[in-house]
Amino acid sequence: MQRYSIFSLLRHARNGHTTWAPAWRSPPLKESYDVVVIGAGGHGLATAYYLAREFGITDVAVLERGWLGGGNVARNTVTVRSNYMRDASIPFYVKSVALYEGLTDELNFNLMHSKRTMIDVVQTYPKMRELRRRQLIMDIYGSTYERISTEEVRRRIPALTGGGPDARLPVIGGMVHTDAGVNRHDAVAWAYARGADARGVEMHQQTPVTRLLRGRDGAIEGVETTRGIVRARKVAVAVSGHTTTLTETVGLRLPLRTMNLTAFVSEPVKPLVDVVVNCPDSGFYFSQSDKGEMVIGGAPDMGQSFRRDVKQHVFEDTVTALLSLFPSFSRLKLLRQWGGHVDITPDASPIMDETDVPGLFVTAGWWGGYKAIPAGGLTLAHLIARGEPHPLMAPFTMNRFKHLDYVMESGTTTAR
Amino acid sequence: MMLIPCPFCGDRSESEFAYGGPVKPDRPDPHAASDEDWVDWLTTVPNPLGPVQERWWHVRGCGTWLTIWRDTRTHDIVEGPGDAG
Repeated sequence: MQRYSIFSLLRHARNGHTTWAPAWRSPPLKESYDVVVIGAGGHGLATAYYLAREFGITDVAVLERGWLGGGNVARNTVTVRSNYMRDASIPFYVKSVALYEGLTDELNFNLMHSKRTMIDVVQTYPKMRELRRRQLIMDIYGSTYERISTEEVRRRIPALTGGGPDARLPVIGGMVHTDAGVNRHDAVAWAYARGADARGVEMHQQTPVTRLLRGRDGAIEGVETTRGIVRARKVAVAVSGHTTTLTETVGLRLPLRTMNLTAFVSEPVKPLVDVVVNCPDSGFYFSQSDKGEMVIGGAPDMGQSFRRDVKQHVFEDTVTALLSLFPSFSRLKLLRQWGGHVDITPDASPIMDETDVPGLFVTAGWWGGYKAIPAGGLTLAHLIARGEPHPLMAPFTMNRFKHLDYVMESGTTTAR
Repeated sequence: MMLIPCPFCGDRSESEFAYGGPVKPDRPDPHAASDEDWVDWLTTVPNPLGPVQERWWHVRGCGTWLTIWRDTRTHDIVEGPGDAG
Protein backbone atom coordinates (compact mmCIF):
# COMPACT_ATOMS: atom_id res chain seq x y z
CA MET A 1 0.00 0.00 0.00
CA GLN A 2 1.42 3.37 -0.93
CA ARG A 3 1.67 5.60 2.15
CA TYR A 4 -0.03 8.96 1.95
CA SER A 5 2.00 11.78 3.51
CA ILE A 6 3.24 15.28 2.81
CA PHE A 7 6.32 13.71 1.25
CA SER A 8 4.41 11.42 -1.11
CA LEU A 9 2.23 14.39 -2.04
CA LEU A 10 5.30 16.46 -2.93
CA ARG A 11 6.93 13.55 -4.78
CA HIS A 12 3.86 12.90 -6.93
CA ALA A 13 3.21 16.62 -7.41
CA ARG A 14 6.64 16.86 -9.04
CA ASN A 15 5.40 14.31 -11.61
CA GLY A 16 2.17 16.19 -12.20
CA HIS A 17 0.20 13.69 -10.08
CA THR A 18 0.44 11.11 -12.87
CA THR A 19 2.30 8.51 -10.80
CA TRP A 20 -0.25 7.69 -8.06
CA ALA A 21 -1.19 4.01 -7.88
CA PRO A 22 -4.90 3.18 -7.70
CA ALA A 23 -6.14 2.99 -4.09
CA TRP A 24 -7.28 -0.60 -4.63
CA ARG A 25 -6.87 -3.28 -7.29
CA SER A 26 -9.52 -4.60 -9.69
CA PRO A 27 -8.63 -8.28 -9.91
CA PRO A 28 -10.63 -10.84 -11.91
CA LEU A 29 -13.48 -12.53 -10.05
CA LYS A 30 -12.47 -15.99 -8.80
CA GLU A 31 -14.81 -18.97 -8.58
CA SER A 32 -14.48 -19.40 -4.85
CA TYR A 33 -13.35 -17.61 -1.71
CA ASP A 34 -13.12 -18.43 1.99
CA VAL A 35 -15.56 -15.61 2.78
CA VAL A 36 -17.88 -13.57 0.57
CA VAL A 37 -19.17 -10.26 1.94
CA ILE A 38 -22.18 -8.87 0.07
CA GLY A 39 -22.26 -5.08 0.03
CA ALA A 40 -19.28 -2.70 -0.21
CA GLY A 41 -20.74 -0.20 2.21
CA GLY A 42 -19.39 0.81 5.58
CA HIS A 43 -20.20 -2.43 7.41
CA GLY A 44 -19.21 -4.72 4.54
CA LEU A 45 -15.85 -3.06 3.97
CA ALA A 46 -15.08 -2.79 7.70
CA THR A 47 -15.92 -6.49 8.14
CA ALA A 48 -13.57 -7.44 5.29
CA TYR A 49 -10.82 -5.20 6.68
CA TYR A 50 -11.00 -6.66 10.21
CA LEU A 51 -11.26 -10.22 8.86
CA ALA A 52 -7.89 -9.64 7.21
CA ARG A 53 -6.23 -7.52 9.88
CA GLU A 54 -7.46 -9.13 13.09
CA PHE A 55 -8.03 -12.71 12.04
CA GLY A 56 -5.69 -13.23 9.06
CA ILE A 57 -8.51 -14.29 6.72
CA THR A 58 -7.51 -12.67 3.46
CA ASP A 59 -9.25 -14.83 0.85
CA VAL A 60 -12.24 -12.53 0.98
CA ALA A 61 -14.36 -11.00 -1.79
CA VAL A 62 -16.61 -8.00 -1.24
CA LEU A 63 -19.35 -8.00 -3.89
CA GLU A 64 -21.11 -4.72 -4.62
CA ARG A 65 -24.02 -4.20 -6.99
CA GLY A 66 -23.25 -0.53 -7.64
CA TRP A 67 -20.11 1.32 -6.73
CA LEU A 68 -18.05 1.09 -3.58
CA GLY A 69 -19.39 3.31 -0.81
CA GLY A 70 -22.46 4.30 -2.82
CA GLY A 71 -25.15 2.97 -0.51
CA ASN A 72 -26.16 4.07 2.95
CA VAL A 73 -22.58 4.95 3.89
CA ALA A 74 -23.06 7.88 1.50
CA ARG A 75 -26.64 8.51 2.61
CA ASN A 76 -26.49 9.53 6.23
CA THR A 77 -25.63 12.55 8.35
CA VAL A 78 -22.17 11.32 9.51
CA THR A 79 -22.95 11.73 13.21
CA VAL A 80 -20.83 9.55 15.50
CA ARG A 81 -22.02 9.32 19.12
CA SER A 82 -22.52 6.91 22.01
CA ASN A 83 -25.39 8.37 24.06
CA TYR A 84 -27.44 5.23 24.37
CA MET A 85 -29.61 3.90 27.17
CA ARG A 86 -29.00 0.18 27.62
CA ASP A 87 -26.15 -1.94 28.94
CA ALA A 88 -26.33 -3.87 25.67
CA SER A 89 -25.72 -0.82 23.51
CA ILE A 90 -23.50 1.68 25.31
CA PRO A 91 -20.21 -0.34 25.40
CA PHE A 92 -20.66 -1.23 21.73
CA TYR A 93 -20.98 2.40 20.65
CA VAL A 94 -18.27 3.59 23.06
CA LYS A 95 -15.95 1.12 21.34
CA SER A 96 -17.08 2.30 17.92
CA VAL A 97 -16.46 5.97 18.73
CA ALA A 98 -13.01 5.09 20.12
CA LEU A 99 -12.15 3.11 16.98
CA TYR A 100 -13.28 5.98 14.76
CA GLU A 101 -10.97 8.37 16.58
CA GLY A 102 -7.96 6.18 15.78
CA LEU A 103 -8.88 5.28 12.20
CA THR A 104 -7.17 8.19 10.46
CA ASP A 105 -3.79 7.03 11.81
CA GLU A 106 -4.50 3.33 11.48
CA LEU A 107 -5.67 3.49 7.88
CA ASN A 108 -3.35 6.32 6.78
CA PHE A 109 -6.33 8.17 5.35
CA ASN A 110 -7.68 11.48 6.64
CA LEU A 111 -11.24 10.83 7.82
CA MET A 112 -11.46 14.49 8.91
CA HIS A 113 -12.85 13.27 12.21
CA SER A 114 -14.10 16.28 14.12
CA LYS A 115 -14.92 15.50 17.73
CA ARG A 116 -17.11 18.52 18.10
CA THR A 117 -19.70 17.55 20.77
CA MET A 118 -23.42 17.01 20.38
CA ILE A 119 -25.92 19.15 22.27
CA ASP A 120 -29.46 17.89 22.79
CA VAL A 121 -31.87 20.81 22.93
CA VAL A 122 -34.57 19.59 25.32
CA GLN A 123 -38.09 21.02 25.26
CA THR A 124 -40.12 18.64 27.44
CA TYR A 125 -39.64 17.31 30.96
CA PRO A 126 -40.24 13.64 30.06
CA LYS A 127 -37.41 13.84 27.52
CA MET A 128 -35.18 15.58 30.06
CA ARG A 129 -35.86 12.82 32.59
CA GLU A 130 -35.09 10.14 30.02
CA LEU A 131 -31.81 11.77 28.99
CA ARG A 132 -30.79 12.24 32.64
CA ARG A 133 -31.43 8.55 33.14
CA ARG A 134 -29.28 7.80 30.12
CA GLN A 135 -26.55 9.95 31.67
CA LEU A 136 -26.46 7.79 34.81
CA ILE A 137 -26.09 4.57 32.80
CA MET A 138 -23.57 6.08 30.38
CA ASP A 139 -21.44 7.13 33.36
CA ILE A 140 -20.89 3.45 34.15
CA TYR A 141 -19.39 2.82 30.72
CA GLY A 142 -17.25 5.95 30.49
CA SER A 143 -19.40 7.82 27.99
CA THR A 144 -19.92 11.49 28.81
CA TYR A 145 -23.27 13.20 29.12
CA GLU A 146 -23.97 16.31 31.11
CA ARG A 147 -26.88 18.63 31.70
CA ILE A 148 -26.55 22.34 30.93
CA SER A 149 -28.91 25.26 31.50
CA THR A 150 -31.01 26.97 28.84
CA GLU A 151 -28.72 30.01 29.03
CA GLU A 152 -25.69 27.82 28.39
CA VAL A 153 -27.45 26.10 25.47
CA ARG A 154 -28.16 29.49 23.89
CA ARG A 155 -24.61 30.71 24.57
CA ARG A 156 -23.13 27.70 22.82
CA ILE A 157 -25.63 27.71 19.92
CA PRO A 158 -26.21 31.41 19.18
CA ALA A 159 -28.38 30.63 16.15
CA LEU A 160 -30.93 29.01 18.47
CA THR A 161 -33.27 31.99 18.79
CA GLY A 162 -36.64 30.17 18.79
CA GLY A 163 -38.18 28.15 21.61
CA GLY A 164 -38.54 31.16 23.94
CA PRO A 165 -40.77 31.29 27.04
CA ASP A 166 -43.87 31.98 24.90
CA ALA A 167 -43.28 29.12 22.47
CA ARG A 168 -45.47 26.04 22.55
CA LEU A 169 -42.42 24.01 23.55
CA PRO A 170 -39.94 26.34 25.27
CA VAL A 171 -36.33 25.18 25.54
CA ILE A 172 -35.86 23.95 29.13
CA GLY A 173 -32.21 22.91 28.99
CA GLY A 174 -29.71 20.80 27.18
CA MET A 175 -27.54 17.73 27.40
CA VAL A 176 -23.94 17.81 26.23
CA HIS A 177 -22.32 14.69 24.76
CA THR A 178 -18.66 15.58 24.27
CA ASP A 179 -17.69 12.24 22.68
CA ALA A 180 -19.81 12.94 19.61
CA GLY A 181 -18.43 14.13 16.33
CA VAL A 182 -18.70 14.05 12.58
CA ASN A 183 -16.35 12.85 9.87
CA ARG A 184 -16.18 12.29 6.15
CA HIS A 185 -18.28 9.37 4.92
CA ASP A 186 -16.52 8.82 1.59
CA ALA A 187 -13.18 8.68 3.38
CA VAL A 188 -14.50 5.99 5.74
CA ALA A 189 -15.51 3.75 2.83
CA TRP A 190 -12.38 4.43 0.81
CA ALA A 191 -10.01 4.04 3.75
CA TYR A 192 -11.45 0.67 4.77
CA ALA A 193 -11.43 -0.47 1.12
CA ARG A 194 -7.80 0.58 0.73
CA GLY A 195 -6.79 -1.06 4.01
CA ALA A 196 -8.60 -4.28 3.11
CA ASP A 197 -7.14 -4.32 -0.40
CA ALA A 198 -3.62 -3.95 0.98
CA ARG A 199 -4.16 -7.12 3.00
CA GLY A 200 -5.39 -9.15 0.02
CA VAL A 201 -9.16 -8.62 0.13
CA GLU A 202 -10.77 -8.24 -3.30
CA MET A 203 -13.46 -5.68 -4.04
CA HIS A 204 -15.75 -6.37 -6.99
CA GLN A 205 -17.99 -3.50 -7.97
CA GLN A 206 -20.84 -3.79 -10.51
CA THR A 207 -21.38 -7.36 -9.30
CA PRO A 208 -24.99 -7.68 -8.12
CA VAL A 209 -25.79 -10.80 -6.12
CA THR A 210 -29.06 -12.18 -7.42
CA ARG A 211 -29.48 -15.18 -5.19
CA LEU A 212 -27.93 -17.03 -2.25
CA LEU A 213 -27.09 -20.69 -2.84
CA ARG A 214 -27.70 -23.44 -0.31
CA GLY A 215 -25.97 -26.80 -0.49
CA ARG A 216 -27.50 -30.24 -0.03
CA ASP A 217 -26.55 -30.19 3.66
CA GLY A 218 -28.58 -26.98 4.10
CA ALA A 219 -25.52 -24.83 4.68
CA ILE A 220 -24.60 -21.86 2.53
CA GLU A 221 -22.62 -22.80 -0.54
CA GLY A 222 -22.12 -19.52 -2.33
CA VAL A 223 -23.90 -16.79 -4.22
CA GLU A 224 -25.19 -16.32 -7.72
CA THR A 225 -24.15 -13.03 -9.31
CA THR A 226 -24.70 -11.51 -12.73
CA ARG A 227 -21.06 -12.45 -13.42
CA GLY A 228 -21.49 -16.10 -12.50
CA ILE A 229 -21.55 -18.25 -9.40
CA VAL A 230 -19.11 -17.51 -6.58
CA ARG A 231 -18.64 -20.28 -4.02
CA ALA A 232 -17.92 -19.71 -0.34
CA ARG A 233 -18.68 -21.60 2.87
CA LYS A 234 -19.17 -18.33 4.71
CA VAL A 235 -21.28 -15.49 3.35
CA ALA A 236 -21.98 -12.22 5.16
CA VAL A 237 -24.94 -10.10 4.09
CA ALA A 238 -24.35 -6.37 4.68
CA VAL A 239 -26.88 -4.80 2.34
CA SER A 240 -29.11 -2.75 4.71
CA GLY A 241 -32.60 -2.35 3.23
CA HIS A 242 -32.29 -5.27 0.83
CA THR A 243 -31.41 -7.86 3.49
CA THR A 244 -34.78 -9.61 3.35
CA THR A 245 -34.78 -9.53 -0.46
CA LEU A 246 -31.59 -11.61 -0.38
CA THR A 247 -32.33 -13.90 2.54
CA GLU A 248 -35.74 -14.81 1.11
CA THR A 249 -33.90 -16.49 -1.78
CA VAL A 250 -32.96 -19.25 0.69
CA GLY A 251 -36.36 -19.20 2.36
CA LEU A 252 -35.19 -17.31 5.43
CA ARG A 253 -37.69 -14.91 7.00
CA LEU A 254 -36.19 -12.14 9.13
CA PRO A 255 -37.99 -9.68 11.42
CA LEU A 256 -37.03 -6.64 9.35
CA ARG A 257 -38.98 -3.82 7.72
CA THR A 258 -37.34 -1.52 5.20
CA MET A 259 -38.04 2.18 5.67
CA ASN A 260 -36.91 5.42 4.11
CA LEU A 261 -34.85 7.85 6.19
CA THR A 262 -34.08 11.19 4.63
CA ALA A 263 -31.68 14.09 4.97
CA PHE A 264 -30.90 17.29 3.11
CA VAL A 265 -28.15 19.84 2.85
CA SER A 266 -28.22 23.63 2.59
CA GLU A 267 -25.98 25.97 0.65
CA PRO A 268 -22.66 26.67 2.40
CA VAL A 269 -22.66 29.60 4.79
CA LYS A 270 -20.11 31.12 7.19
CA PRO A 271 -19.35 29.10 10.36
CA LEU A 272 -22.42 29.43 12.54
CA VAL A 273 -22.88 26.24 14.56
CA ASP A 274 -19.83 24.34 15.83
CA VAL A 275 -21.60 21.39 17.48
CA VAL A 276 -24.01 18.69 16.36
CA VAL A 277 -27.45 19.98 17.33
CA ASN A 278 -30.12 17.41 18.16
CA CYS A 279 -33.68 18.45 19.00
CA PRO A 280 -35.44 15.23 20.07
CA ASP A 281 -38.71 16.90 21.03
CA SER A 282 -39.02 18.72 17.71
CA GLY A 283 -37.79 15.76 15.65
CA PHE A 284 -34.74 16.99 13.75
CA TYR A 285 -30.96 17.26 14.05
CA PHE A 286 -28.23 18.99 12.09
CA SER A 287 -24.58 19.88 11.97
CA GLN A 288 -22.57 22.27 9.84
CA SER A 289 -20.11 20.58 7.52
CA ASP A 290 -16.55 21.76 7.02
CA LYS A 291 -17.69 23.30 3.75
CA GLY A 292 -20.30 25.31 5.66
CA GLU A 293 -23.41 23.41 4.59
CA MET A 294 -26.11 22.62 7.12
CA VAL A 295 -26.62 18.84 7.07
CA ILE A 296 -30.17 18.28 8.32
CA GLY A 297 -31.99 15.06 9.16
CA GLY A 298 -35.44 14.25 10.46
CA ALA A 299 -37.75 11.37 11.18
CA PRO A 300 -38.37 8.43 8.83
CA ASP A 301 -41.33 8.12 6.53
CA MET A 302 -44.15 5.88 7.70
CA GLY A 303 -44.56 2.55 6.04
CA GLN A 304 -42.16 0.35 4.17
CA SER A 305 -40.23 1.93 1.34
CA PHE A 306 -37.40 1.09 -1.00
CA ARG A 307 -37.33 4.59 -2.48
CA ARG A 308 -34.22 6.71 -2.18
CA ASP A 309 -35.69 10.18 -2.28
CA VAL A 310 -37.45 12.55 0.12
CA LYS A 311 -41.19 12.47 0.72
CA GLN A 312 -42.57 16.00 0.55
CA HIS A 313 -44.53 15.90 3.80
CA VAL A 314 -41.62 14.39 5.76
CA PHE A 315 -39.45 17.17 4.39
CA GLU A 316 -42.03 19.85 5.31
CA ASP A 317 -42.43 18.48 8.84
CA THR A 318 -38.67 18.54 9.38
CA VAL A 319 -38.25 22.06 8.00
CA THR A 320 -41.20 23.35 10.06
CA ALA A 321 -39.63 21.95 13.21
CA LEU A 322 -36.22 23.34 12.25
CA LEU A 323 -37.55 26.85 11.65
CA SER A 324 -39.46 26.89 14.95
CA LEU A 325 -36.13 26.77 16.80
CA PHE A 326 -33.82 28.33 14.15
CA PRO A 327 -35.99 30.98 12.44
CA SER A 328 -32.98 32.60 10.75
CA PHE A 329 -32.55 29.44 8.66
CA SER A 330 -35.68 30.37 6.67
CA ARG A 331 -33.45 32.18 4.15
CA LEU A 332 -31.18 29.17 3.58
CA LYS A 333 -31.40 27.56 0.18
CA LEU A 334 -31.27 23.78 0.10
CA LEU A 335 -28.86 22.20 -2.33
CA ARG A 336 -29.34 18.45 -2.08
CA GLN A 337 -31.67 15.90 -0.60
CA TRP A 338 -31.49 12.15 -0.34
CA GLY A 339 -33.04 9.15 1.31
CA GLY A 340 -31.60 5.82 2.25
CA HIS A 341 -33.42 2.63 3.09
CA VAL A 342 -32.84 1.30 6.54
CA ASP A 343 -34.11 -2.04 7.78
CA ILE A 344 -35.75 -1.84 11.16
CA THR A 345 -36.18 -4.68 13.66
CA PRO A 346 -39.12 -4.82 16.09
CA ASP A 347 -36.90 -3.33 18.85
CA ALA A 348 -34.95 -0.98 16.51
CA SER A 349 -31.62 -2.51 17.60
CA PRO A 350 -29.39 -4.33 15.11
CA ILE A 351 -29.05 -8.02 14.34
CA MET A 352 -25.52 -9.40 13.96
CA ASP A 353 -25.66 -13.14 13.93
CA GLU A 354 -25.27 -16.38 12.06
CA THR A 355 -28.67 -17.29 10.67
CA ASP A 356 -30.50 -20.61 10.68
CA VAL A 357 -28.67 -21.30 7.41
CA PRO A 358 -25.21 -22.44 8.58
CA GLY A 359 -22.46 -20.19 7.23
CA LEU A 360 -24.84 -17.33 6.40
CA PHE A 361 -24.22 -14.25 8.54
CA VAL A 362 -26.24 -11.06 8.56
CA THR A 363 -25.52 -7.61 9.85
CA ALA A 364 -28.84 -5.83 9.60
CA GLY A 365 -31.31 -3.63 11.37
CA TRP A 366 -28.93 -0.70 11.46
CA TRP A 367 -30.83 2.47 12.17
CA GLY A 368 -28.02 4.97 12.45
CA GLY A 369 -25.49 2.37 11.43
CA TYR A 370 -22.88 4.90 10.37
CA LYS A 371 -21.58 5.40 13.90
CA ALA A 372 -21.42 1.63 14.32
CA ILE A 373 -19.26 0.87 11.29
CA PRO A 374 -15.92 0.18 13.08
CA ALA A 375 -17.36 -1.84 15.97
CA GLY A 376 -19.88 -3.55 13.68
CA GLY A 377 -17.15 -4.62 11.29
CA LEU A 378 -14.82 -5.76 14.05
CA THR A 379 -17.41 -7.83 15.91
CA LEU A 380 -18.92 -9.40 12.79
CA ALA A 381 -15.42 -10.37 11.61
CA HIS A 382 -14.88 -11.97 15.04
CA LEU A 383 -18.08 -14.00 14.66
CA ILE A 384 -17.21 -15.11 11.12
CA ALA A 385 -13.62 -16.03 12.01
CA ARG A 386 -14.10 -17.61 15.44
CA GLY A 387 -17.66 -18.89 15.13
CA GLU A 388 -18.63 -17.31 18.41
CA PRO A 389 -19.96 -13.81 19.06
CA HIS A 390 -17.70 -11.00 20.21
CA PRO A 391 -18.76 -10.00 23.75
CA LEU A 392 -19.76 -6.53 22.52
CA MET A 393 -22.20 -7.92 19.98
CA ALA A 394 -23.54 -10.80 22.04
CA PRO A 395 -26.83 -9.05 22.89
CA PHE A 396 -27.70 -8.40 19.24
CA THR A 397 -28.63 -11.95 18.31
CA MET A 398 -31.46 -13.19 16.18
CA ASN A 399 -32.50 -15.37 19.09
CA ARG A 400 -33.72 -12.43 21.12
CA PHE A 401 -36.78 -12.30 18.88
CA LYS A 402 -37.41 -16.00 19.28
CA HIS A 403 -37.47 -15.46 23.05
CA LEU A 404 -39.10 -12.02 22.79
CA ASP A 405 -36.18 -10.72 24.86
CA TYR A 406 -35.94 -7.30 23.23
CA VAL A 407 -33.17 -4.74 23.68
CA MET A 408 -35.42 -1.86 24.72
CA GLU A 409 -33.16 0.88 23.43
CA SER A 410 -34.47 4.43 23.26
CA GLY A 411 -31.21 5.96 22.05
CA THR A 412 -31.31 4.45 18.57
CA THR A 413 -32.83 7.42 16.82
CA THR A 414 -31.43 10.85 17.28
CA ALA A 415 -34.56 12.65 16.29
CA ARG A 416 -37.27 11.12 18.48
CA MET B 1 -47.25 12.95 -1.11
CA MET B 2 -49.63 10.11 -1.88
CA LEU B 3 -53.31 10.41 -2.66
CA ILE B 4 -55.00 7.57 -0.82
CA PRO B 5 -58.43 6.42 -2.02
CA CYS B 6 -60.90 6.54 0.86
CA PRO B 7 -64.09 4.61 0.11
CA PHE B 8 -66.17 7.44 1.59
CA CYS B 9 -64.19 10.62 0.82
CA GLY B 10 -62.46 9.79 -2.47
CA ASP B 11 -58.76 10.47 -3.08
CA ARG B 12 -57.37 12.32 -0.05
CA SER B 13 -53.90 13.56 0.88
CA GLU B 14 -51.66 11.17 2.79
CA SER B 15 -51.31 13.75 5.58
CA GLU B 16 -54.92 13.02 6.61
CA PHE B 17 -54.07 9.38 7.29
CA ALA B 18 -52.27 7.45 9.99
CA TYR B 19 -50.29 4.40 8.94
CA GLY B 20 -51.60 1.12 10.34
CA GLY B 21 -48.86 -1.27 9.27
CA PRO B 22 -48.75 -4.09 6.76
CA VAL B 23 -51.57 -6.61 6.68
CA LYS B 24 -50.65 -9.74 8.63
CA PRO B 25 -52.26 -13.15 8.68
CA ASP B 26 -55.05 -13.65 11.23
CA ARG B 27 -53.84 -13.68 14.80
CA PRO B 28 -53.29 -17.29 15.88
CA ASP B 29 -54.59 -18.46 19.22
CA PRO B 30 -51.45 -18.08 21.38
CA HIS B 31 -52.43 -21.12 23.46
CA ALA B 32 -52.89 -23.33 20.43
CA ALA B 33 -50.06 -22.03 18.20
CA SER B 34 -46.51 -23.32 18.54
CA ASP B 35 -43.96 -20.93 20.03
CA GLU B 36 -42.32 -20.51 16.62
CA ASP B 37 -45.56 -19.62 14.88
CA TRP B 38 -46.58 -17.22 17.65
CA VAL B 39 -43.22 -15.41 17.65
CA ASP B 40 -43.22 -15.31 13.87
CA TRP B 41 -46.65 -13.69 13.90
CA LEU B 42 -45.54 -11.15 16.51
CA THR B 43 -42.24 -10.14 14.94
CA THR B 44 -42.18 -10.79 11.21
CA VAL B 45 -44.09 -9.04 8.46
CA PRO B 46 -43.83 -9.25 4.67
CA ASN B 47 -41.08 -6.88 3.43
CA PRO B 48 -41.39 -7.17 -0.35
CA LEU B 49 -39.51 -5.21 -2.96
CA GLY B 50 -42.79 -4.51 -4.72
CA PRO B 51 -46.47 -4.41 -3.76
CA VAL B 52 -47.29 -4.67 -0.06
CA GLN B 53 -50.79 -4.73 1.41
CA GLU B 54 -51.23 -2.28 4.26
CA ARG B 55 -53.81 -0.60 6.45
CA TRP B 56 -54.36 3.13 6.78
CA TRP B 57 -56.63 5.04 9.15
CA HIS B 58 -58.37 8.15 7.81
CA VAL B 59 -57.92 9.77 11.22
CA ARG B 60 -58.11 13.40 10.07
CA GLY B 61 -61.07 12.61 7.83
CA CYS B 62 -64.02 10.28 8.19
CA GLY B 63 -62.26 7.90 10.58
CA THR B 64 -62.53 4.73 8.55
CA TRP B 65 -59.85 2.05 8.25
CA LEU B 66 -58.97 0.98 4.75
CA THR B 67 -56.63 -1.42 3.01
CA ILE B 68 -54.51 -0.65 -0.03
CA TRP B 69 -51.74 -2.28 -2.03
CA ARG B 70 -48.74 0.01 -2.38
CA ASP B 71 -45.56 -0.61 -4.36
CA THR B 72 -42.60 -0.07 -2.00
CA ARG B 73 -40.32 0.83 -4.91
CA THR B 74 -42.43 3.73 -6.20
CA HIS B 75 -45.15 4.37 -3.56
CA ASP B 76 -47.73 3.98 -6.32
CA ILE B 77 -51.02 2.56 -5.13
CA VAL B 78 -51.52 -0.49 -7.28
CA GLU B 79 -53.95 -3.25 -8.01
CA GLY B 80 -52.98 -6.06 -5.64
CA PRO B 81 -52.92 -9.78 -6.20
CA GLY B 82 -55.73 -10.28 -3.70
CA ASP B 83 -55.81 -10.52 0.06
CA ALA B 84 -52.40 -10.98 1.72
CA GLY B 85 -53.84 -12.22 5.00
